[in-house]
Amino acid sequence: MTQKSSVRQLFGFMTDVARWSLSGGIGYQLFLCLLVVFMMLGVFAYLVQWKLGLTVTHMSDIVSWGFYIANFTFLVGVAAAAVMLILPSYIFKDEHFHHVVIIGEVVAVGALIMSMTFVFVDLGRPLQGWHILPIIGLFNWPSSLLTWDILVLNVYLVLNLSIPAYILYCHYNQREPDPRKYRPFVFISIFWAFGIHLITAFLYEGLPARPFWNNPLMGPRFLASAFAAGPALITVLLAIIHNATTFKIPKQTFNKLRLIIVISAIINLIMLFSEVFKEFYFPTHHSLSAEYLYFGLDGHNSLVPWIWTAVSINIVGTLLLAFNPGKNRPMVLLPACVLLFIGIWIEKGIGLIVPGLVPSPLGEVVSYAPSWVEISIALGVLALGMFVVTILLKPALIIEQRFETNNETV
Amino acid sequence: MGFLKNKSCRQQITDEHRSCQDAGRRAFLKKAVKAAAIGSTAVVAGCQAPGLLGSKEEMALQFQEYFKAHYRLMTEKERDATIIRLERLAKLQKGVDVQISSKGALPGVLYGYGFNVTRCEGYMECVSACARENNLDRKSNTQYIRIFEMEPGQMAPNAGNGKFFNEVPVDGRFYMGAQCNHCDNAPCIKACPTKATYREPDGIVVVDYDWCIGCRYCMAACPYYGRRFNWNEPVVPANEITRKQHYLGNRQRRRGQMEKCTFCVQRTREGRLPACAEACPTGARIFGNLLDPNSEIRFVLENKKVFRWKEELGTDPKFWYFID
Repeated sequence: MTQKSSVRQLFGFMTDVARWSLSGGIGYQLFLCLLVVFMMLGVFAYLVQWKLGLTVTHMSDIVSWGFYIANFTFLVGVAAAAVMLILPSYIFKDEHFHHVVIIGEVVAVGALIMSMTFVFVDLGRPLQGWHILPIIGLFNWPSSLLTWDILVLNVYLVLNLSIPAYILYCHYNQREPDPRKYRPFVFISIFWAFGIHLITAFLYEGLPARPFWNNPLMGPRFLASAFAAGPALITVLLAIIHNATTFKIPKQTFNKLRLIIVISAIINLIMLFSEVFKEFYFPTHHSLSAEYLYFGLDGHNSLVPWIWTAVSINIVGTLLLAFNPGKNRPMVLLPACVLLFIGIWIEKGIGLIVPGLVPSPLGEVVSYAPSWVEISIALGVLALGMFVVTILLKPALIIEQRFETNNETV
Repeated sequence: MGFLKNKSCRQQITDEHRSCQDAGRRAFLKKAVKAAAIGSTAVVAGCQAPGLLGSKEEMALQFQEYFKAHYRLMTEKERDATIIRLERLAKLQKGVDVQISSKGALPGVLYGYGFNVTRCEGYMECVSACARENNLDRKSNTQYIRIFEMEPGQMAPNAGNGKFFNEVPVDGRFYMGAQCNHCDNAPCIKACPTKATYREPDGIVVVDYDWCIGCRYCMAACPYYGRRFNWNEPVVPANEITRKQHYLGNRQRRRGQMEKCTFCVQRTREGRLPACAEACPTGARIFGNLLDPNSEIRFVLENKKVFRWKEELGTDPKFWYFID
C-alpha cells in the first residue's frame, strides 16, 4: 500500500467516524443536546468557581476534599472495570465478551475523562497545572502518589484509546487486525487496569494522618467494589444498546456479566463486613470516623442516612443478582444492577472521602454537603463523560456491525 | 569553643558582605525596571487607565510571574527579578511598599520549638500576633495557631476544646497549642505532587506559594492540621500589612494557594523570635537553634520532661511540648 492511499484511508476513517458520531435520529440528536445543556450548566458553575475561588464549594480546611474527589475515586473504579471484559475476550477468547469488549473500552475512556476532569476542577490553581508536568515542571515522582496516579491514568487512557482505535480502523477497512500488533498492549492494559485502581487506593491508604484510610484492605476493596459497579453499569448500558439500536447483544453476555458482578459484590460485602467488625468490635480513637459515618458524631449525622441507604441497596442488589429470582429477566436484573451501582457510588464516593477527613486531626467534627456549584459542575462532568461515551460508541458499533455482516456474507 | 566563635564571626561577616552585594544588585535592577516602565509608559500613554485586569504594567508583571520557575531552581538573578516584580505588584495593587527578602538558611542552624504546657494560660496573644505578622486572611479568619482548653487527664490537643469563649485561665484546666510541627519526616512533603512544599536547610517546612497548584493532598496528609488553604482571595487591610516580608514567609498569598506556619522565616533568619514566641505573655513558647548547645531550646530538651504529639507516626516533629 502506498503512503498516499493509507493517508487517504485514514482521512476517510476520521470523516466517517465524525459523521456517524453526530448524525442520527431525532431522539439521538435530542439526547446529545440534553447532554450539551448539562455541560453548559457545568461550564457556568465552573466560571463562578473560577471567579470566586473554591470558596463557592462547601469544602473547608477540615473537609478539604469533597464531592469532586469522591466522584473521581468512584469513576477510576468504573474505568478499571473494563478489564472484566478485556481479560476474558482477548485472553480467553470468549466470543460473547469479544462481541461487546469495545463497549467496555469506550466506557473506560469516558470514565477516565470524567475522573481526570474531576481532579482538574478540584484544583485551586488550574492555570498553574503545568507545574506538575515532567520536564517543564517538577514531577514529584516516585514520592507523591498523586504523580503515580496521573501517570497510570494517562497511560491507561492512551491504551484504551489506541487499542480499540487500531482494531476499529482495521475493521473499517474490512481486514482482520494483526494480533501481534495489539496483543502486547492488551496484556499491559490488563495489568494497568488493576494498577490504576490500586494506586488510587494507595493515594488514601498511604496517609497515616487519616486512620480511616490508612487501612491495607483499601486497595483490594477498591478492586472488588469496582468490579461489581463497573460491570453493573456496562450491563445497563448493554441493555440500552440492545433495545435502542440494531446492535444485538446475546443473552449469554448478560449471564456471564451477572456472574462477574455477583462474585465481586460478594467479596466486596465480605470486606465491608470485616471493616465494620474491626471498627466496632473494639472501638478505638481511630474508629471515630466510622462512628461519624454510620451513627453520627456530636450531632453531626448528615452522612448517616446515605451510608445506611448505600449498605442496604448494596445488600439487596447483591442478593437479587446472586439468587436471580427473575431467572435472568431484565425486569429484575437491571434494577438490581442500578441499585448496586448507586450503593457503591455513595459508599465509595462521599462515604469514603468525607469520613476520612472528619474528625480533623484536631478532633473537630463538621458536616459536609456539596454546594450548588459542586453539584452543577459534577452534573456537567457526568454529561461530558456520557457525551464522550455516546459519540465514540455510535461509530464503533456501526463499524463493528458492518464488519460482522460483511464477514457473515463472505 | 573560641575557634567556633571565630568561625561564626567570620561567617557573619561574609553573610553581611553578601547581603550588601545583594542589596546593591537589587537596587540596580530596580532602577532598570523603573526605567523600562517609564519607557513603556511613554509608548502606551493614553491607554493607562486601569481596566478589568488592572493596568498594563500590572498585566505585564503578572504575565512574567506566570512563567517563573520553582523558587529552589531559580538563580540569584531570577530571585531578584521576581522579588522586584512582587514588590512592584504590591505597590500597584495595594499601594503598599513591601520589602521581600530572599535570605537563605543560616549555616549551622536547625530550628526547634518548645511549648510549655504548664505555663500557657490560653490568652491567645500568639494567635493574633501570628495573624498580624504573617498577613493572614482576615476574611476567613485564618489562624496558623490553635489553642485548646484541656481537662485534667487529656494530653493531646485533639482531645481538648478548641472553641472556648470563657475567661482564662480556668482553675483546674490547662492549655495546649497546635500548629505546624515542622516534621523532619514530613508527610506533606512526601505527598506534594509538584515539590511546592519542601524542607529548607534550617528545618523549616515551607511552601513556594507560586508553585503550588492547590490540589490539597498535603492537607490530607498532615496529621497535625498544620496547613491552611486560601479558599477565597485573602484580604488584609493595606494599613495592617506587615511590610517586612520573606518570599517563603509572610508575603501576600493568592486564592487557591496552600500556606502554613514558617516559624516566621522573615524574622527568625534575621535572628529574631517568631511572632508567637515574642507575643506570649507567660513565656510558654521557646524557640531556638537545636544545633547550638547553649540555646534555650536545647536546655528545655535536656532538662524538662518533653514529649511530641503523635510520636507513633514517625514524623519526627521539631515541635516539643514540655512540662515544668
